[in-house]
Amino acid sequence: MKSLILGGTPFSGLKSSETFKAMDDVTFEVEQGEMIGIIGSNGAGKSTLLKILVGTTKPTSGTITSAGKISALIELGAGFHPEITGRENIFVNGIMLGLSKKEISEKYDEIVRFAELEDFIESPVKTYSSGMYMRLGFSVAINVNPDILLIDEVLAVGDEAFVHKCIDKINNFKRRKKTIVIVTHSLDVVATMCDRAIWLEKGKVEKIGEPKMVVGAYRLDVGRREEGELAERHAGRKLEIDAGPGDGKDRRRWGTREIEIEEVSLRDQTGEERFVYESGEPLNIVMKIKAKEKVEDFAFGIGIFSSEGVCCYGTNTQLENYQARMFSGTGSVTFRIDSLNLLDGTYSLDVAAHKKDGYPYDYHRSICTFRMTSDCGDTGIFRPAHVWDFSRGIEWE
Amino acid sequence: MFENLKNAYNYRALIQSLVVRELKARYRGSVLGFFWSFLNPLLLLLVYTVVFTFFLPQRGAMDEIQPYALFLFTGLLPWTWFSTSLLESASVMSVNANLIQKILFPAEVLPFVNVFTNLCHFVLGLPILFAFLIIFSKPFLPYLFLFPLIMLIQMIFTLALTLLISSLSVHFRDIRDILANLLTLWFFTTPIIYPIQIMDNSKLRFLFDLNPMTHIVLAYQDVLYHGRLPSMLKLSCMALFSIIAFLICYAIFDRLRDTFAEEV
Repeated sequence: MKSLILGGTPFSGLKSSETFKAMDDVTFEVEQGEMIGIIGSNGAGKSTLLKILVGTTKPTSGTITSAGKISALIELGAGFHPEITGRENIFVNGIMLGLSKKEISEKYDEIVRFAELEDFIESPVKTYSSGMYMRLGFSVAINVNPDILLIDEVLAVGDEAFVHKCIDKINNFKRRKKTIVIVTHSLDVVATMCDRAIWLEKGKVEKIGEPKMVVGAYRLDVGRREEGELAERHAGRKLEIDAGPGDGKDRRRWGTREIEIEEVSLRDQTGEERFVYESGEPLNIVMKIKAKEKVEDFAFGIGIFSSEGVCCYGTNTQLENYQARMFSGTGSVTFRIDSLNLLDGTYSLDVAAHKKDGYPYDYHRSICTFRMTSDCGDTGIFRPAHVWDFSRGIEWE
Repeated sequence: MFENLKNAYNYRALIQSLVVRELKARYRGSVLGFFWSFLNPLLLLLVYTVVFTFFLPQRGAMDEIQPYALFLFTGLLPWTWFSTSLLESASVMSVNANLIQKILFPAEVLPFVNVFTNLCHFVLGLPILFAFLIIFSKPFLPYLFLFPLIMLIQMIFTLALTLLISSLSVHFRDIRDILANLLTLWFFTTPIIYPIQIMDNSKLRFLFDLNPMTHIVLAYQDVLYHGRLPSMLKLSCMALFSIIAFLICYAIFDRLRDTFAEEV
């Protein structure tokens, strides 16, 4: 007790194993009128950084200097009391954020209108849906009219229309030469709206600079990490295959094993095994097969499924009119895709060896998982090869 | 520290709106609403009066205090303000954790809001007290003008303790439970339900003199019940003591301020 009050910092005696360094040696400057985006994986220290910028958390070492009124959209509606009405909460929350009663009265209509809560403003806040609650919080915070706006991942929670409104409002702020610091996982927002981006990793600045460059580097790193993860998972599956024929209960593999698929790998055009592919890249599915005795009736098939279980494509040699004659011993089958036009997402692969009538020799369900990335924001599962044609009079830059 | 203290004064609009919020939120949805501010002290009074007139009849010095209900009320009402403020201050930080963590929020506002909210309940209970004074046709109370002064002293003293408790309870959650029991003991060792005279011959009398609440309650009883001038010397000492306590407690609060956001 005594040391707590007299000592400079309480609990300075905590062992280093009990404390966690959320941020270390992060130095940067933000100019007035600049919009800066902070990206990084979970636990990288992004929110800690914002908390320090707001001033709710004090850094153990280092300083923050700022000029102008700061408003933070860290947790919208943090000060709302559920029992009292929206109107009363606007006033209390506004005063908390540093407005005077008079200023709030002047902005009151604008706040309510922006939040689209005209009909519910006299109801207690506890009756609001989470969307209404957030809209009100955003509306109050944005109307504080700060010089510096700090935003923490609020764009991720609203519905589409509200997100558009928020982005409009943020652009409006930009035009008025206000400074904005935004923490977000929507990399497109950073790439398109920010003037500069900071990529934090484990509490340190990994990269800082032009947003497209930083976002690109971050995406690449995420891809590499996913690659490692999928490779690990694949290694696990391989072991399962090596363990020999399943007992039938294992729904991931079934069949009579006249022909066995011993190994499946995904390879790029250079023959290297990879698990993350850019949309449009070539992909080879290579199966190592073995038959103990001579087999005369056989076909090979593959199926690609999205993470929701939708079959994106499936085919087999029988459908494509390959007539089986004979196979024995060991061999390999390669399914070559010159341009894999699947869009962003995780996909799984089924492979099979079976009789012409479908009777299974060896069927593997989700033997491989791979990830597709696409930096152009098109949507869906599949990108058909395409071009746009325009008549005369439609001009482009 | 004095810079911060000056800021605290600037937060009065915030404090005011938060007090109003607390008062509104407290009774929103209950049928009797604000009447509970009247009813609560009245019912409490009823309980004590029944207990001490029927179950534990008074003897000796207790006989002298008639009407007992009025005597009891003059001490009970300020005590409720005091003890409720203290008890609530032990959890006021954790209840409002999101404000401290998510908004740049002056934390000292919270114990202030807490004391002032309970002050409002205290003030709302006063009409009942004065109604009692009229019903029991107490003689003209010549020193009633001292009543606000006693309130002020009590307020400063209460603020001091709530600042201390609220800041320490961030780090030591046990304080709340310790405090609840301590307050029960404190209540019975303050001359609220009995006159101080019954302790006159006791060796423990000096303990009563060391209890700040004794002097505050006695001053209330002097002004409201006996209609006589309270000891101005003791009252001045209490005023000085309260101010010093407030400054010390505020300094402690100020010192711990930066740790709240992380610990709460």
